[in-house]
Amino acid sequence: MKLTLRVWRQRDADADGGMSTYDVDGISPDMSFLEMLDTLNEELILKGDDPVAFDHDCREGICGACSLVINGEAHGPERTTSCQLHMRSFRDGDTIDVEPWRAAAFPVVRDLVVDRSAFDRIIQSGGYVTAPTGAAPEAHATPVPKPDADFAFEHAECIGCGACVAACPNGSAMLFTSAKVNHLNVLPQGAPERETRVLDMVATMDDEGFGGCTLAGECATACPKGIPLFSITKMNREYVRAARKGRR
Amino acid sequence: MTSYTEYATGEPVADRKAPEGPVADRWDTRRFQAKLVNPANRRKHTVIVVGTGLAGGSAGATLAEQGYHVVQFCYQDSPRRAHSIAAQGGINAAKNYRNDGDSVHRLFYDTVKGGDFRARESNVHRLAQISVEIIDQCVAQGVPFAREYGGLLDTRSFGGVQVSRTFYARGQTGQQLLLGAYQALSRQIAAGNVEMHPRTEMLDLIVVAGRARGIVARDLVTGRIDTYFADAVVLASGGYGNVFYLSTNAMNSNATAIWRAHRRGAYFANPCFTQIHPTCIPRTGDHQSKLTLMSESLRNDGRIWVPKEKGDDRPPHKIPEAERDYYLERIYPSFGNLVPRDIASRAAKNVCDEGRGVGPGGQGVYLDFADAIARMGRKAVEDKYGNLFDMYERITAENPYEVPMRIYPAVHYTMGGLWVDYDLQTTVPGLFAVGEANFSDHGANRLGASALMQGLADGYFVLPSTINDYLARNPHHDEITADHPAVQEALAETEDQLNLLLSVDGDRTPDSFHRELGELMWELCGMARTESGLRKALDRIPQIREEFWRRIKVPGTGEEFNQSLEKANRIVDYLELAELMCLDALHRAESCGGHFREESQTPDGEAERRDEEFSYAAAWEFTGTGAAPVLHKEDLVFEYVHPTQRSYA
Repeated sequence: MKLTLRVWRQRDADADGGMSTYDVDGISPDMSFLEMLDTLNEELILKGDDPVAFDHDCREGICGACSLVINGEAHGPERTTSCQLHMRSFRDGDTIDVEPWRAAAFPVVRDLVVDRSAFDRIIQSGGYVTAPTGAAPEAHATPVPKPDADFAFEHAECIGCGACVAACPNGSAMLFTSAKVNHLNVLPQGAPERETRVLDMVATMDDEGFGGCTLAGECATACPKGIPLFSITKMNREYVRAARKGRR
Repeated sequence: MTSYTEYATGEPVADRKAPEGPVADRWDTRRFQAKLVNPANRRKHTVIVVGTGLAGGSAGATLAEQGYHVVQFCYQDSPRRAHSIAAQGGINAAKNYRNDGDSVHRLFYDTVKGGDFRARESNVHRLAQISVEIIDQCVAQGVPFAREYGGLLDTRSFGGVQVSRTFYARGQTGQQLLLGAYQALSRQIAAGNVEMHPRTEMLDLIVVAGRARGIVARDLVTGRIDTYFADAVVLASGGYGNVFYLSTNAMNSNATAIWRAHRRGAYFANPCFTQIHPTCIPRTGDHQSKLTLMSESLRNDGRIWVPKEKGDDRPPHKIPEAERDYYLERIYPSFGNLVPRDIASRAAKNVCDEGRGVGPGGQGVYLDFADAIARMGRKAVEDKYGNLFDMYERITAENPYEVPMRIYPAVHYTMGGLWVDYDLQTTVPGLFAVGEANFSDHGANRLGASALMQGLADGYFVLPSTINDYLARNPHHDEITADHPAVQEALAETEDQLNLLLSVDGDRTPDSFHRELGELMWELCGMARTESGLRKALDRIPQIREEFWRRIKVPGTGEEFNQSLEKANRIVDYLELAELMCLDALHRAESCGGHFREESQTPDGEAERRDEEFSYAAAWEFTGTGAAPVLHKEDLVFEYVHPTQRSYA
């Protein structure tokens, strides 16, 4: 396959960026999207140009590092991560736009790499169960109904990639935040901190500069792990419940 | 440059921390003997932790909970992305919830046997004991393990064992356990007890007066190189499978932290013990950048086969039952498709070498779920393995519900690593190694679902109980400052090497060297090794290294975000480590576990150990790049599990 790429290039957080155009040839449909970028980078290095910086690590769709907006869609045309997108999803001769996540809370580090540390700070504000090592009761002391365990798991699948934020017209982190709130709040282990968790995490999310939610639903469409949109409404109920209780 | 195939043998090395007495009592005894640090004094001690995977994340969180001041590093943009996240299948624990005859002693026995009698008994027994506490701890954190309808935890079987002791969270067990550790770590970061440095890579160890006192690290965003000081340093930086270029490791997983610690005096043990995982997706071409594992749990219900006839290129559904060879079930009737990984991998290689492999290039075997779907129904298969099937289809564009999967072995895990004693301390006082970075518990072959167990055992329970002893006995009242000569030296060496990499301006990319080295290692130091092949590799590696320093091209500067520079700097270490792996493989003229020497096999082609000569762990001491290392042997004593030829027939 022969392709034309238009790639966002930006030296660092303070520099101005812009799209640069590159031609790549000899692309196999079995290549992953990132392997296609590897091919481009090998050529750029040998030509004496700077290769395109992009985040990637596990390349099997679970670490959440890769984060490309491809033809205007977070992670591209398939419902998966950028690393699991294969070139068979494109046609010979296509022109493909590659950009970083765009959100006020995710400043660009270089080219296609952004700073997602705001997500870490949301988790730090309450996305955990306080269970110091050694203090745990026997695992079978508290049975968890299978539907609750499955519900928790579905939400715990979030990989923290940030596609939800990138896809949202408001740059909101509601889907990310609700996934963790719902994972922990449904479990008996998470119950003692149920109220403070949701109140604190939502407050941090707002402080980090993420936009508000207007239930556009783009986040759930872009999510490579299929975190459902009702996750947000469920978190809103948790929030209202906690606010009524007046616990902080 | 010259190659080395000779080496000197130095003084033996021995663990002096595990107490005498019955193996089941040793951990209790050691914890009692270990000195404690007064809670009020702990905050005066700084501990550096490098890596945030299962071992590092759990160690950092737990040490901080105990009151130590933790300074932690990871090269990823967030501690949540460490490669433990990609572990799929599960975590072993001797809970015996199934009432199927499991016990701490059986897990201990299975692990020593599975490791082909090349692990230390006292460490393995402790691991089995702690396994039960890990499950309790993770459940308390809210890890959503799979559950039965009654609300209790579900388990499944893994290779090399006949009980069902593997706890799991669909095919994402590593992810869920890692997020548990990450969340515990996050709580400590918020509390100010952990100072977290993401996107920061350790490039050297600082050793002052014979003790580990800090590290040199580079901020990967700005390129700034800094020194960090501590009372003890914990390496939790994972394994070195990426020496092979193609592996199931993450692209950026690397050996730099452990290798540079090795250069500073930490012995490197059993580097040739690498695990080739039998169920990975075959490669599709030269563009391949990494390989993807399909969880071993698939072997619970999938049946592995190849055509009986050589060169049978009919599509799988056109090959009648009678013309299929379910070779694992045939050769190993009692374990069948659930033999340990080393055996399954070698068997796959053998049938492919016979010309019976399937798919492009004949480098693959079928993993077939047709029987499982007929027996359990598609829905049940989907519930159990759905995400794995989806992943397979995404990568190969084939639907495994309809067409059997094609799998082939790939480098997956490294049992070797920094030599540690029972306290997980390396030969450099104050330097500890946990998780895959150390060599301790898996011998020559790791059983499935035991990596997660070991990483969390080390991080949550072992290290936090043993590091006290070191800190209590070695209170560092002397402040280290940046102008100390040892610090200046480490800093200068790091900077010089980066500057050299940038200044060569040759005509080959970092990846081209990495790929060349990887292909050489896969061919000559992979699934089957021979003396002549290893000698050839030992000849060739110094030549590649020489060419690397002549022709490497690294664009950009050191004062910016520069992924090519990161890569090239890691390859420098692979080029040295690869040589040690080959030497270790050459010197160990026996087959054991993942290390298969063609010269040492039984008449029916199984690995033949030579206990009289090789019942030891090989701990290597660094003497210089390209210079022969010194071998220190740790004799292995088996009091409880008596070495026999492993039999899974």
